[in-house]
Amino acid sequence: MKMKADRHKHRFFRVVSNRKVAAKTWELALEGDTSDFTAPGQFVNIAVAGKYLRRPISVCDISGSRLTLLYDVVGEGTEVMSEMKPGDTADVLTGLGNGFNLAVKTEKPLLVGGGIGCAPLLMLARSLCREGKRPVVVLGFNTAADVVLKKEFEDMGLDVYVSTADGSEGTRGFVTDAIAEKNPDFDYFYTCGPLPMLRALCERLAQPGELSLESRMACGFGICMCCVLETRSGLKGICKAGPVFPKDELIWK
Amino acid sequence: MEMRDTSVSLSGVRLDNPVIPASGCFGFGYVMSEYYDLDILGSISIKGTTLSPRAGNPLPRVAECPDGLINSVGLQNPGVHKVVSEELPKLRKVFHKPVVANISGFSVDEYVEACRVIDGAEEVGIIELNVSCPNVHGGGMSFGTQPESVAEVVKAVKEVVTKPLYVKLTPNVTDIVKIACAAEDAGADGLCLINTLLGMRIDTKTRRPVVANKVGGFSGPAIFPVAVRMIWQVASAVNIPVIGCGGVSTADNVIEMMMAGATAVEVGSANLVNPYACKDIIEALPSRMEKLGIASLSDIIGAALPR
Repeated sequence: MKMKADRHKHRFFRVVSNRKVAAKTWELALEGDTSDFTAPGQFVNIAVAGKYLRRPISVCDISGSRLTLLYDVVGEGTEVMSEMKPGDTADVLTGLGNGFNLAVKTEKPLLVGGGIGCAPLLMLARSLCREGKRPVVVLGFNTAADVVLKKEFEDMGLDVYVSTADGSEGTRGFVTDAIAEKNPDFDYFYTCGPLPMLRALCERLAQPGELSLESRMACGFGICMCCVLETRSGLKGICKAGPVFPKDELIWK
Repeated sequence: MEMRDTSVSLSGVRLDNPVIPASGCFGFGYVMSEYYDLDILGSISIKGTTLSPRAGNPLPRVAECPDGLINSVGLQNPGVHKVVSEELPKLRKVFHKPVVANISGFSVDEYVEACRVIDGAEEVGIIELNVSCPNVHGGGMSFGTQPESVAEVVKAVKEVVTKPLYVKLTPNVTDIVKIACAAEDAGADGLCLINTLLGMRIDTKTRRPVVANKVGGFSGPAIFPVAVRMIWQVASAVNIPVIGCGGVSTADNVIEMMMAGATAVEVGSANLVNPYACKDIIEALPSRMEKLGIASLSDIIGAALPR
């Protein structure tokens, strides 16, 4: 297939590898122009063969021209994604969303990931480490077979605590149970994961923080208004004004 | 390659080309200036606007479909006064041509007042009356499904506006020609068709509709043949210009829709999967015209209509 030309925020990547890394999680490594990304926590909207809508996937890591995505195979679209082969072309909208705020004042950040929500925290941890900070990492999963990225965070020399709902690895229960048990010292938290987890963190942690939200999306760049969230400063598109929102912007009903 | 004339005219509003991003698929436009120079567009149809602000429907608002999508955004918009004071001025900074203002309402009075306000905005070239939303006075039936209610709202709005009034028709009717003729007889300056087809998807794991509103509007390439058929039928029956809309994704789709009788063409869903969709179409038009022996796009309007 002839490679189409890249243009601002609409780029064609080459698939380097696409492999299963946990019970339902795959890692897609792409090679291409990553210059549209400005912060960890941003996402891509990737075209899937035979599907009309793209699939929004958070960026797990960027190293030079290498873009790594982690995704759960949960439906037809991600099933097709798991069939992408090395050498294939990936049609990607890049640099989407605001990403995590690295300018925030924090000396001791805590990173909390739930399931596939652990993905964007890896690049965030690298960015924080580059600034001389050592975040504590808490990762929550349903069961040991679902655990991802633990080793990658440990390889950065960070303290990593895992919780599993069935107790098959780490603390039995949720990330909030692991935090209660390990009692890490932190002054700010960054988190991404399922909504009930985000809510539990907001309710139980006194410290300020920011949360990356998931949503069904169509465009991913702020024009269709399909992923809108009511915040303290009005209705916001999760894809464009988010996906990361400060804790005190969110309204829990 | 010799110059190809892509310009068209809608009730005296000249467009450099017939390509208009459709309402609801381009926001209020300015976000898209991150992607390309918006002044290449023929015009822009802004996000559906109502008299009062609307928060829209609960999430999820979108469902995947074969060759398209279902949306149930529910006319989320900041209300016509904020659109005039904030959104249109923001758009004006990056787009310097007359815009198409898409207006919805739930009663005749609401339509009239919203249209009166938007008519006063200098950025607006054409008013596009969306009659596909429920008529609270008519017991919740969509205004656009009965010729009488379409005529009533068009007549009332015409009395307060100075700009060309186009009526955007729903395809969810037995006979769209009847509705189109009622709008024309009531004084509409033009028509726009089609809006989305009512659809539904069910999540087979949860056994529940995918979108929270249960039903939504189906759009995308899958509805293109329905749109072409309806435009052809309506254009055969009326003497006012028709803006074609529905599943347009390529320059060839634009040409086909114009041959069916459209003077200009709105591009909707395609923007959501390719932010450069309109730019790609506009850039491809001259070479497609050359290939098809078309010197001027306005020459082919209605070329496929019965003579």
